[in-house]
Amino acid sequence: MNPLNPMHAPSALAGLFAVNLMSDPVSVTHYLVVGAILFTAGIVCMAVKRNALGVLMGIELVLNGANVNFVAFSSPYLQGEQTASIGLDGQAIALFVILLAAAEAAVALAITLNFYNNHSTVDIDQADGLKG
Amino acid sequence: MADFLINTVGLPEWLAWGITAGVAAALILNVIAGGALVFIWAERKIAARIQDRLGPTRTGGRFGWLQSLADGIKLLAKEDLMPEGADGMLFQLAPYVSFCASFCAFIALPFAFDFVGQRLNVGVFFVVAVLGLEVFGVILAGYASASKWSLFGAMREAAQVVSYEVPLGMCVVVPVMLAGSMDLVTIAEKQAGWVTNWYLFHDPFTFVIFWVYVTCAVASVNRAPFDLAEAESELVAGFHTEYSGLRWSFFFMAEYGSMFLVSALAALLFMGGWNGPIPVAELLGLSEGTGDTANYFVRLIGCFNLMGKATLGVLVMMWVRWTLPRLRIDQVMTTCLKYCTPIAAAMFAGAMFWQLALPGGVMRGISRPAGEIREGWLEGPGGRAAPRGATVPAAVVPSKKLAQVQP
Amino acid sequence: MLAAINWHSILFLVFAGLACAFAVAVVVADNIVRMAFYLVLALGSTAGLFFLAGAEFIGAMQLMIYVGGTLVLLVFGVMLTAQAPFISIKTSTNDRVLAGVVGAALLAVLLQAAFSVEAWRRPGVGQVANPSATPLGMALLGVRVDDPPAGTSPSLVRSGYLLPFEIVSVHLLVVLVGAAYLARAKRRRTPRGIETADVAASGGSR
Repeated sequence: MNPLNPMHAPSALAGLFAVNLMSDPVSVTHYLVVGAILFTAGIVCMAVKRNALGVLMGIELVLNGANVNFVAFSSPYLQGEQTASIGLDGQAIALFVILLAAAEAAVALAITLNFYNNHSTVDIDQADGLKG
Repeated sequence: MADFLINTVGLPEWLAWGITAGVAAALILNVIAGGALVFIWAERKIAARIQDRLGPTRTGGRFGWLQSLADGIKLLAKEDLMPEGADGMLFQLAPYVSFCASFCAFIALPFAFDFVGQRLNVGVFFVVAVLGLEVFGVILAGYASASKWSLFGAMREAAQVVSYEVPLGMCVVVPVMLAGSMDLVTIAEKQAGWVTNWYLFHDPFTFVIFWVYVTCAVASVNRAPFDLAEAESELVAGFHTEYSGLRWSFFFMAEYGSMFLVSALAALLFMGGWNGPIPVAELLGLSEGTGDTANYFVRLIGCFNLMGKATLGVLVMMWVRWTLPRLRIDQVMTTCLKYCTPIAAAMFAGAMFWQLALPGGVMRGISRPAGEIREGWLEGPGGRAAPRGATVPAAVVPSKKLAQVQP
Repeated sequence: MLAAINWHSILFLVFAGLACAFAVAVVVADNIVRMAFYLVLALGSTAGLFFLAGAEFIGAMQLMIYVGGTLVLLVFGVMLTAQAPFISIKTSTNDRVLAGVVGAALLAVLLQAAFSVEAWRRPGVGQVANPSATPLGMALLGVRVDDPPAGTSPSLVRSGYLLPFEIVSVHLLVVLVGAAYLARAKRRRTPRGIETADVAASGGSR
């Protein structure tokens, strides 16, 4: 079942409900589901929130969803026999993602506070000064 | 202990692990809660003596032994107040967040060889990381109390704790570098032997780093002279102004738990952990490999040794509190950024070069050299560092996590 | 049901459930301070997931740097801007419905991809050494000492991570300087659109 073939999508979704994740032992798929939920929550948070800091929180959730995926792929406990686990590379990537997220949060927060100091609001709907 | 339950008592494996985890958690909870009781009494007595008075003398005999118990009963019986403008959920959750952070750090703290909740390879890192999470409880308490005294106190404390994490991290890295591992059990094991094996006496840079660590640790747990978050004379009571009864006592259990934790960490990193000034077990001829009961007895001595050192650290913190005046927030920040951090960095560099020149330290162990590297991952699958004197069994010990996923 | 409790599965369920529940709570909550608190709990549970997967160093990093650093920074920002009108800013219903639909579609695609590869559904078997931070530390110095994961050819040349390590260090320094510059205390200016007499007399703002 090719995941990229749109014709297979409905049957793939049906198969989704047939697979009972609760009865299988913990595998990479479990972690990927968690990562997907975190990622989607982050995207919706970025889209929905009007508070600039709310958008920042969405970004953090997105990065953490990706980190969960990387760590799952690198885990020696979760790999099956045929999976090419990416081993230490996954942990190194997750490490760099954490560091870069910290840096990006610092800069984003500085921008937000600057915006607050100049406009006395954190509502991003009010950030329309460059609107044509 | 789980192996004992599985092999001797014959319980199924899952139940054995569950009981072991439960016993470990109960023991840690007792250490924190019982410790808080004893330390509160000790604090009142020490404060009294330093201030030339007697302290509690009525409850439970001449020394007021049961004063803490009486205090506890009083706190339980108090009315559970919440200020009107307070955010209810956050107000109620804040003390538990603080307490959880303090409690979780004890998971990785070893009390003797193998007397550890979970032996983490990154033990030191985990403990320092979780200690830094206590600040969330404080910020939430300050904000959710809807009172400006609380908010000021909370923000000051958060700034202080977060700033002091930097020199604290640098101080902690020096013993890690000397031991070659972040595993607290390994670091303490390498200081086995006479007092000259302690990292405190390893080289002058580490000696200075110890005192910087003491300063940063005291600042990290918000004890005087760095306790402006709870400054009674300035902010009423800082971030816990609006708390009463059991919620307030959770904050204090967290504080005394953290004090005990950083003292135990100092003992493990610099003062040999459970290895005493005198290697009593070796002098008596009991090594770790001579049977289970002797093993257990040796470890029990080590456990009391570590707890004694940690208690000594806590008592010194109390002594300092009632002797020195309180620092202002700008003085606190100056101490951190202009004194502790550069000194820690310079001493770290010095210790690094000393390690290159004289790896054995100033006093190479008089009776025995400090331990050799026992890295678990170098020993192959399922390897664990062996206790002194015992040999690693020939059969491979399966890693406990995978034992449950085998088909 | 009590025949055998698989603690690994139970702990995974606890941590994963908490992480997902609090992540959804971040999206649903209106109060910015509560959102920050839920985010702290979500990321703390994610650190627990990292520990379960054997990445102990990454779990400790997550707790110290992400939760204990980045989120403290975020909470400070929230506290600084938590004036009464900004604590709960509501979004229009249309925007929320649209975002919800797009989010559901994205989630469906991701879940389908997660279930698509058979090999990912089987957990590991066999003996594994206790997790250690040494291979990661050595890799950051440029030396790879870990065993190649199963299935890769032995002649594969694996690079160390020394260059990214140095780049990230310089990056953090640049960010530090930049953030300090952006957040510097500026000279006090009059509010937009209002000119006081003395400012006008001295020829505009200095």
